[in-house]
Amino acid sequence: MQSKPAALKVLDVVSIILLGISTYLALVFAPTELVMGDVQRVFYFHIGTAWTALLGFILAAVFSVVYLIKKDLLWDRLQVAAIEVSLVFFLITIVLGSIWARPAWNTWWTWDPRLTTAAVTELIYVAYFMLRQGIDDPDKRARFGAVYALIGGLSAPLTFFAIRLFRTIHPVVIGGTNPEADGGFSMTADMRVAFFFALFTFTVVFIDLFWNRIRLGDLQDKVEQLKLKVSM
Amino acid sequence: MFFQETTPDTSGYMIAGYAIAFIVMALYVASIYLRSRNLDQDMSMLKEIDKPAPPVQTSAAGPRTSTASQPKKSPGKSTGNKSAKTVTKKTRKNY
Repeated sequence: MQSKPAALKVLDVVSIILLGISTYLALVFAPTELVMGDVQRVFYFHIGTAWTALLGFILAAVFSVVYLIKKDLLWDRLQVAAIEVSLVFFLITIVLGSIWARPAWNTWWTWDPRLTTAAVTELIYVAYFMLRQGIDDPDKRARFGAVYALIGGLSAPLTFFAIRLFRTIHPVVIGGTNPEADGGFSMTADMRVAFFFALFTFTVVFIDLFWNRIRLGDLQDKVEQLKLKVSM
Repeated sequence: MFFQETTPDTSGYMIAGYAIAFIVMALYVASIYLRSRNLDQDMSMLKEIDKPAPPVQTSAAGPRTSTASQPKKSPGKSTGNKSAKTVTKKTRKNY
């Protein structure tokens, strides 16, 4: 593999530093929420990962459209990279949400509209990789993957708006109030600092992992092409 | 929980949450690193297989008749076969 570009190396280091600062802000700097206690602190990483994951799924849908128009495998690689990183981030979101729900709602999981749409989104993209694994022809795989990611992309905005469209117990902390919500809270100024810093941090970490994953995809393609050449 | 007078101690859940978040991220970073390392190895092996065979040198004086001047075993050819076998084995193992 070609050595990493200097900019990516810098981004790797910056991501680690930002993650450290964000953890400090979330665990030490932000005040303890009086009703829920320390478990509320998972909220900063929960929202940070959710934001980047949903953005990644929407980005993947955009890459799918571009691939279907241009038929260039570069866009397929970008799409796979975006979905893979988003899938990991969204898994963290769901697990953190479940951990928060145990003391707040007295249950690990409930089939609330937000939780259900989130679980369905995660499973849609797990199935995306299963679909790709089953197709050998690179062009066919990219075409099927693009159509699937385009349709699957609809689940991201649906998940985001689920707490605004349906009756749900999931709190709406930013930009809305939900009278049915259980476990909501209003943020203090220090909480806002930790919150927005976490959003920024996870955006940078996402870009860093996305870039690394694109390079891995390039290498996979090169190896696949060389294998074909050697086998001929 | 919401009618209590004191803040509950939920730090155990918080620690579990952050631990899981960091473990999942670390595992993903490790998976990217391991996959790229394996692909690097595959790439170098495939390049070795793909290398064109060295051209056979023929002398202008025609075929050699003297056994003394001819090496008993062609080291280049032998090594080439051996490495090809090794590469095939390794390639099978990796894919």
